[in-house]
Amino acid sequence: MDITVRDVEHVAQLARLELSDREKELFAGQLGAILRYIEKLNELDTDGVEPTSHVLPISNVMRDDEPRPSWPLDKVLENAPDKEDGQFRVPAVLE
Amino acid sequence: MSLLRMRLPELRDRLARGELRVADLVDASLRRIRETEEKIGAFLLVDEEGARREAERLDSLPADAPRGPLFGMPAGIKDNMVTEGLVTTCASRFLANYRPIYDATAVRKLKEAQTVTVGKLNMDEFAMGSSTENSAFKLTRNPWDTERVPGGSSGGSAAAVAAGQVLFALGSDTGGSIRQPAAYCGVVGLKPTYGRVSRYGLVAFASSLDQIGPITRNVEDAACVLQAIAGHDPLDSTSAAVDVPDYPSALTGDVRGLRIAVPREYLGEGIDPQVKARVLEALKKFESLGATVEEVSMPHTDYAVATYYILASSEASSNLARFDGVRYGVRAEDAGSLAELYLRSRSEGFGPEVKRRIMLGTYALSSGYYDAYYKKAQKVRTLIKRDFDRVFESFDVIAGPTAPTTAFRIGEKVGDPLTMYLNDICTIPVSLAGAPAISVPCGLADGLPVGLQIIGKPFDEATVLRAAHAYEQATEHHRLQPAL
Repeated sequence: MDITVRDVEHVAQLARLELSDREKELFAGQLGAILRYIEKLNELDTDGVEPTSHVLPISNVMRDDEPRPSWPLDKVLENAPDKEDGQFRVPAVLE
Repeated sequence: MSLLRMRLPELRDRLARGELRVADLVDASLRRIRETEEKIGAFLLVDEEGARREAERLDSLPADAPRGPLFGMPAGIKDNMVTEGLVTTCASRFLANYRPIYDATAVRKLKEAQTVTVGKLNMDEFAMGSSTENSAFKLTRNPWDTERVPGGSSGGSAAAVAAGQVLFALGSDTGGSIRQPAAYCGVVGLKPTYGRVSRYGLVAFASSLDQIGPITRNVEDAACVLQAIAGHDPLDSTSAAVDVPDYPSALTGDVRGLRIAVPREYLGEGIDPQVKARVLEALKKFESLGATVEEVSMPHTDYAVATYYILASSEASSNLARFDGVRYGVRAEDAGSLAELYLRSRSEGFGPEVKRRIMLGTYALSSGYYDAYYKKAQKVRTLIKRDFDRVFESFDVIAGPTAPTTAFRIGEKVGDPLTMYLNDICTIPVSLAGAPAISVPCGLADGLPVGLQIIGKPFDEATVLRAAHAYEQATEHHRLQPAL
């Protein structure tokens, strides 16, 4: 699989990453090489094989819906880069 | 120095008899760090003040107060486990100033066992790497040869233990990140079964694979540390509600009748001849101790690295979406919109390997490629796991090398990600199967440590530890020390 700079730009947009022109070139080459290696999986016939998403036989884990104490607001906001009135402050989402 | 070479149970007895104070142990650890850290660079943070304060507190407890099983033992924590009040960076610029408000469950359990946290250990950024060269902050060097890498991603943890800076360390293992650095640094590293140790407070890389475990100087210590951190945790719904046996009492020294499988794929092409020779010698030793050794085939081994890099990168691309610059970590200055804030904060905060893996994972999960890559890899994971299930029908453990070579030179593989990934060929299949595995020293090749990997059935760490301990006690390899 060859990866073009345009592919890299598309994926970077999905991943919310901004790449320099140099990074785009580099990643196009490296991701292409990695994906070509990964194509060896196509040597295996996996028709009818169940996918494994998790090795343990655990599905939904439920607990009783009982209220319990949570973190105080000032603690939760301790690492916030910007905050106001007990909330995380960010640039406007809508104009 | 000599204090920090003793076994944990030995030190526990000396502390209990009053021959030793916790302050002596903590002093010894801090002194050793001062002497060696410039050469090794294992720590991202040394909490000298906190460690001394805790030593004083423990030493002043009344003589009849109950003592935790790891009372007074100085330990280091890989910097991807959150520690209340102690900066936790994941070796990433993104979290350079992140000060967690709570402890990871494994860290809390160590505190309950009354260990003393000496500091936070270097790693590859977000645990992505095999050499610790992907740390955003510093290089860690192998105590056996400072021109070489300590392995990774728990390179700081393995180097600190090998250099005698701490008695033990916690590491985390997603595709080999405890076992491979342990092998490279000549110490013991145990990756427990997936689900054996709570992941609560471990910064997530690949949630279906990540597991916390001990890096120690000998197998008995690994058993003691695992005992302290294992068990179900309501805060991690993927931690298993499986009984935790008494690990130290499993170390009987007896491996008569133990059935060891050796997959021929683990000793094939790409394995350094000297590494292979050390592993074969180790297997001979097991036979002389009364175990049986038989060659088997695990035919899907060769597909494990490709499978892993799809699954781990996909999970990482999703997990690392949380680093958006809103609630903690880096926030880009003067972003005009929320979208720009995400984009620029992430781009400024993440290093190249992290970006590469997020890109690979995002690609594999993107529209039109999901079935071809992600789902295909999940199916191959099933085939790889079946290889293990089949062998474990007739064998107790599986053995082979931990890594195909000894520690490589700093800078040797940084330009070629695929070659770096292939270095994890021996450890990745085990991670995909979720099985427990240990790396124990099995001698030197050209003066560098070689690790023997012993893999067990899921939740049968006891047999893995028993086998590793019997081998260790029958050999002198674990007594070898780097000439620092």
